[in-house]
Order: sequence, then C-alpha cells, then structure tokens
Amino acid sequence: MAQNIVIIDTGCANISSVKFALQRLGVQVTVSDDPATILASDKAFLPGVGSAQNAMASIANKGLIKTIQSLTQPTLGVCLGMQLMTAVSQETGLHSTDDIPCLNLIPGAVERMQVGDLRLPHMGWNTVNPNRNPLFAGINHGTHFYFVHSYAVPVYEHTLATCEYGMAFSAAIHKDNFYGVQFHPERSGDAGAHLLENFVRL
Amino acid sequence: MLARRIIPCLDVKDGKVVKGVKFRNHEIIGDIVPLAKRYAEAGADELVFYDITASSDARVVDKSWVERIAEVIDIPFCVAGGIKTIEDAGRILAMGADKISINSPALANPELITELHDVYGQQCIVIGIDSHFNEATGKYEVYQFTGDETRTQQTSWETADWVKEVQKRGAGEIVLNCMNQDGVREGYDIKQLKAIRELCQVPLIASGGAGRVHHFADVFKEADVDGALAASVFHKAIIDIGELKTYLHNETIPMRTV
Repeated sequence: MAQNIVIIDTGCANISSVKFALQRLGVQVTVSDDPATILASDKAFLPGVGSAQNAMASIANKGLIKTIQSLTQPTLGVCLGMQLMTAVSQETGLHSTDDIPCLNLIPGAVERMQVGDLRLPHMGWNTVNPNRNPLFAGINHGTHFYFVHSYAVPVYEHTLATCEYGMAFSAAIHKDNFYGVQFHPERSGDAGAHLLENFVRL
Repeated sequence: MLARRIIPCLDVKDGKVVKGVKFRNHEIIGDIVPLAKRYAEAGADELVFYDITASSDARVVDKSWVERIAEVIDIPFCVAGGIKTIEDAGRILAMGADKISINSPALANPELITELHDVYGQQCIVIGIDSHFNEATGKYEVYQFTGDETRTQQTSWETADWVKEVQKRGAGEIVLNCMNQDGVREGYDIKQLKAIRELCQVPLIASGGAGRVHHFADVFKEADVDGALAASVFHKAIIDIGELKTYLHNETIPMRTV
C-alpha cells in the first residue's frame, strides 16, 4: 500500500538526509510547508538541526505551529525535531537567556546536558536501550545510533529509549501519535534504516 | 557507551579522490561515490571529504557530488574546502552534508565561525587546523592554504592559541592535522594531540600519521581523542576498517560494531 509520507519543511538543514534515507527504503516522500498537504499525510516527519530558537521562529514564520499541533497521524521528530515536540527548551541563541516555548506535543523540557569532564556536543555513535515498543521492534539493547547534540530531555514517564553520556537521557520519547528520537536514524546505518522502516509500518 | 570514531578522509580534487604525501604530489585514487559507499559498508563511522583545491584557487568548485554522496551514504559525513560564507555553508548542508569544516577561511576571518554557529548551530561547525612543528623555534604553528604547495603559508597563530580561539567562537569539533606526520604512516603525533586535548572541550579528531593498527590504539589511549582520521592506509588497503575495529574493540576501546 503506497503511503503518503510528508517531511515538514521546517526550514532547517537536514531535510535532504531524511528524504534520501526514506528513498533508500523505497518510500516516496514529499517535502512540504503547506498545511493542507501536511494534514493530509499518512505519516509526517519533523526534522530539525540548529538551535531551538531559530527552528521555532522558522516554524512560526511559516504559520505551521497550529498545523503540527493538530496532527493525529504518526509523526516522528528527529534530533532537534524531537526536542521541539516538548513544552520548552533551554536552548536559546548566544545572546538570550529566556527559555524557548516549543510545540508542546509531548510534556517535558529540554535541558543543557551536564556531563562533567566529558566533551560537548555529545557527538558520535552511542548505545541505545529501548523499552518494548513498535518503533524499536527488532532493535536490540546496546544498538549504536548516531547522535549530535548538547541539549537533551531527561529520562521520564514519556521516555521510549534511554542513552548515557555523563548522565542518562531520553534517546526517544513518545506520547499518543507523536514519537521523537534524539539521534539521527537517517545517519545511523542499518539500525537507523530499521527504525525508519518500523515507523513507516506503524 | 559512546564509541570512538574511525574516520576515513577522502581528499577531493577536480571531482576525484586523491592523496599526496606531506600534502604534495597528489595521485588519483578513484571516484568519490563508489569509494564513499565502500567505506560506509566496511564500517567507517563517519567520512570527511576535503576539496583541497577550493580554498587556494579562490573559488568554490562544483559541489554537486555532495548530493550524490548524501543519496547513497547512511553514515554522517563532513565537507571541507572553500566554504567562505554563510551561503556556501548553507548550500553544502542543504545538499545533505551533516557538517562543514572550515580551515583557511576561518583564519582569514575568524568571525565566520561565530556567524556559522549562530545560523546552523555548533553541531555542524568543524574547524580543521593544519599544525606544523617548527624545529627551529620548538613551537607548533598553524598553516593555511595547504591544499596548494605554492601558496601554503605560515600564519601568526600558535596552534594552542588558535584551538582556544575557535572554541570561544563556537566550533563544535576540531580536526587537528599534524603536518609533519601527514602521509608518512609513522604514527599520530601523540605528544601534540595530548597537549591540545587538555585545551579542547569539544570533540577532537586526530589526523596525520596513521600507518599501523597500533597507531590507532595509541592515539585513543594516550591522547584521549574522540576520533581518528586516516586516508592512505585505507585507500591503499594497508589497513582493513573491519579488522581495525575488531582489533580496537579487543584493546577495550569502545567501538561501534557493524
């Protein structure tokens, strides 16, 4: 069955990577910032890189906040896209200290990672421990995924998978139709492809 | 646990992968896309593509190969070479590169690092540093325009000071290329990397000198770098990436197994 899959054009830079990863799975995708197209999709992706402040400003400029909040189909946020799904982020620009209100699709807050002597950004392949759930079906504890971030969502009731880097944090979160992954499945080799396939099959 | 990264570097000149010794006498190794694909399948954790002609020719060369790589590669990759403006960087990232690395243009205009940080985020800003040990002065000095030997020149920066400066300006990662070691396969410059590690709070990637598998174990254990970059040992099939990662795993260095 051909699905109508839309990548929400947030104006951020990793849209091509997500599109290419889905195309490698043989999935047809549309990249769009048109509310009607997004609302009519079977599944949606919310990609994002950069800072929460810039990304939220871009989504607001495109008039997409209400559209995304009204989605009822399975929607996957990737990296910053996942963080934007929460209520609020500490990730401001260099010149501001006010927290950034996010899309509030899943409760929770994005905080600067506290990793002691370790380096930030947390960059590279780290092991993920998923709870039992369809998004991670067939993906073992200890599977490596590719991460690049300095802010994270703590482990809490909506955590779907955990990871550790100086502290435990949410590698994936979930509520209702909304899923978010902190890592980049589109850059995580076979494991990432497996997860994307699971999402497409939801 | 976060794995240490093995990063093949592909020097690109006129759309082909090349490799020189001590930055000179470039020979053609092969086409970009099939080589990139081969490394990804062999277990490389990340790839770096250096367009070594770009900065020194004062032009931005044809970068359409970036998109062709992004279509077939499912691991992260970084593009370097001739990125002088926010717009240059934006084009490369939009084609699907995960990170951009800047070297000579950052030396010419350090403010560029901050601007890139503010627009695209720290996570995609890599600073490449070509560092040369000057035996006469006993100092590590930063060089620029190293892609073209006729234009290669020393800057006024000592390496340690430049490492501190680029972090202040928003660099997300530093690749330290130790020029004295480049292409000669006698081991990474552990002494220098160790000293720079002390000053470096962002991920640090060692470059220049890999010849044998134990060189990788040494640099991870002794200099605590986050990744090790190498070119000729992989291009010339002196070291197999899969065997290298198994060896390092047995040496208790955290590795992603494929």
